Amino acid sequence: MTGGPHLVIRLVSVDKVYGTGQAAVQALRQVSLDVMSKDYVAIMGASGSGKSTLMNIIGCLDVPTAGKFLIDGIDTSSLDEHQLAVVRNRKIGFVFQSFNLIPRMTALRNVELPLSYAGVKPAERRLRAQAAMHLVGLADRMNYQPSQLSGGQQQRVAVARALVTAPALILADEPTGNLDSKASQDLMGVFDRLNAAGRTIVLITHEADVARHAKRVIQVQDGRIVADNRVTAPDALPPLLAPGGVPS
Amino acid sequence: MSPLQIFQFALAGLAANKLRSALTMLGILIGVGSVILLVAVGNGSSQSVQNAISSLGASSITVLHTEGSAAGSPTSSTTAFAEPQNLTVQDAQALASAQGVTAVSPVVSTSETLSNGGTSDSDVSLTGTYPTYLASQNDTLSAGAPFTMQQVDTARNVVILGSEAATDLFGTANPVGQSVLVAGTPFTVVGVLASKGSSGLVSADNTAIAPLTTVQDQLTGFGTLNNVVVQAKSSTLVDTVEGEITSILDERHHETAADADFEVLSASTVLSTASSTARTFTVLLGAVAAISLLVGGIGITNIMLVTVTERTREIGIRKAIGATPGVILAQFLTEATLLSVIGGILGVVAGVLGARFQIVGVQPVLVAFSIPLALGFSVLIGLIFGGLPANRAAGMRPADALRYE
Repeated sequence: MTGGPHLVIRLVSVDKVYGTGQAAVQALRQVSLDVMSKDYVAIMGASGSGKSTLMNIIGCLDVPTAGKFLIDGIDTSSLDEHQLAVVRNRKIGFVFQSFNLIPRMTALRNVELPLSYAGVKPAERRLRAQAAMHLVGLADRMNYQPSQLSGGQQQRVAVARALVTAPALILADEPTGNLDSKASQDLMGVFDRLNAAGRTIVLITHEADVARHAKRVIQVQDGRIVADNRVTAPDALPPLLAPGGVPS
Repeated sequence: MSPLQIFQFALAGLAANKLRSALTMLGILIGVGSVILLVAVGNGSSQSVQNAISSLGASSITVLHTEGSAAGSPTSSTTAFAEPQNLTVQDAQALASAQGVTAVSPVVSTSETLSNGGTSDSDVSLTGTYPTYLASQNDTLSAGAPFTMQQVDTARNVVILGSEAATDLFGTANPVGQSVLVAGTPFTVVGVLASKGSSGLVSADNTAIAPLTTVQDQLTGFGTLNNVVVQAKSSTLVDTVEGEITSILDERHHETAADADFEVLSASTVLSTASSTARTFTVLLGAVAAISLLVGGIGITNIMLVTVTERTREIGIRKAIGATPGVILAQFLTEATLLSVIGGILGVVAGVLGARFQIVGVQPVLVAFSIPLALGFSVLIGLIFGGLPANRAAGMRPADALRYE
């Protein structure tokens, strides 16, 4: 978000192995990847391809077995769990397939939560959370509980929660996986507009329809990157918002 | 992350499962309440025993007649052991000459049936003694007057009734001047004692007091006295007087300490025995209650482990959006401590309310330190027993926690 183009993600020869000995499973093999600011990347692959592992590492939810991972210039290999939590809080906004809102908390309180953990004062927290709710078009649903919202609305609350801390990266794991096609289109529209406003977005998906929104599509298979297609430049408009882009 | 915010999260966590939280608190409530109440019961019974004993008079000393150690094993007795002797009125008169003694009252006691024409009262404890006995027992009269020494010398059939014996026989009528049959012999009632209340199961008011000579003459015979009540000048002289009594009686009975046929008891010796018994009783009750507090604490661990497992996914979400392990630890520790502290406060209320009622005849007396102690323990229990589950929550790996279904 700050200044000119810079590296948001850098993976250098990342390996990830689960288990040990005979039971060891190599989920990632020598993955190297750079993502610049303002880019809009879709990571595609079948289940078991290693894309979820990749997302866990990019999201600082898990650490590589070997190799280096830098987010916004910070090398994560030397960080302990406390420091990783702070990095997740400041640098990354998560959107999950199953929404993952905290039940029995209003939409607005859910959006405020990352700011609470960041130590932001209540008054400012409220203002920023309200602004984020406006941005995803849910200004009239702030005091609803997650259970009172539709799937599409819940996912937009999750997007508001992801962007409220103004993170370097919005990381979405199968964000449309639990949504019908109408809600999916609405949500992708929100992502397109956020990217047009300068947010860096990484989407994990297996749907080609979703990947069409991205500026760059990466294919993962058997723990390796097998294709990396650039659609438009990182600082261009997202393909479906660009003149001549066909809205789905 | 402010402590207030963590507190709010913890409260919300508890509110999410109200019944479960309430039941867990109940465990602590019962534990803390029973610690406070049972310690109060122990304390109350010890105080009532102490009151009963000190009402006997702090400066009175009782000389009891015993069989002596030689009597128990006659075959092994040698000439070194003297035969146990009766405690006599002459012994009592000898004690009266000791220094620091103001009054000596020889006592015989027996249990008799008193009757008044139609109504009768059995098992009245009848004491035969001198008028000085009343003062050394802290007895006062609510009606009439005590019998005189002259009436003792002439063995008159007069009697002072205890308050319960008086109401049993005469109801609300004034018994003074009336006649009452003691074991079939008519006695004139000269006075009624003020009530002393009951100490435990035995009523101190179902009594009657008559001149020593009269009781010996008509009921017990002229054998040994049951005891001699010696009144010291002041409570500080009690120890000295006890020593004098022992040496006078040893000399008169040709006894040594090893085969004494009497025992000297003062209120203070009885008091120290009784209070050490009461202390044991209190500790025992407290220990039983502490065990129930421990069980309540294990209840907290149990329910917090269930909560942490149930909320694994929520913990994963919180971690993903930036909750540090410390914040998660604090949230779950606060939840556990809130459970134990709220339970503890309610337990204190229950214990204090419960202590207002008599429990198996004992009026509990709250021990002040038991309240902060029980509350402090309940905080500690929350921290200790909540520690394991909270630690488990804090140590969860976010990627695994998020995958948890």
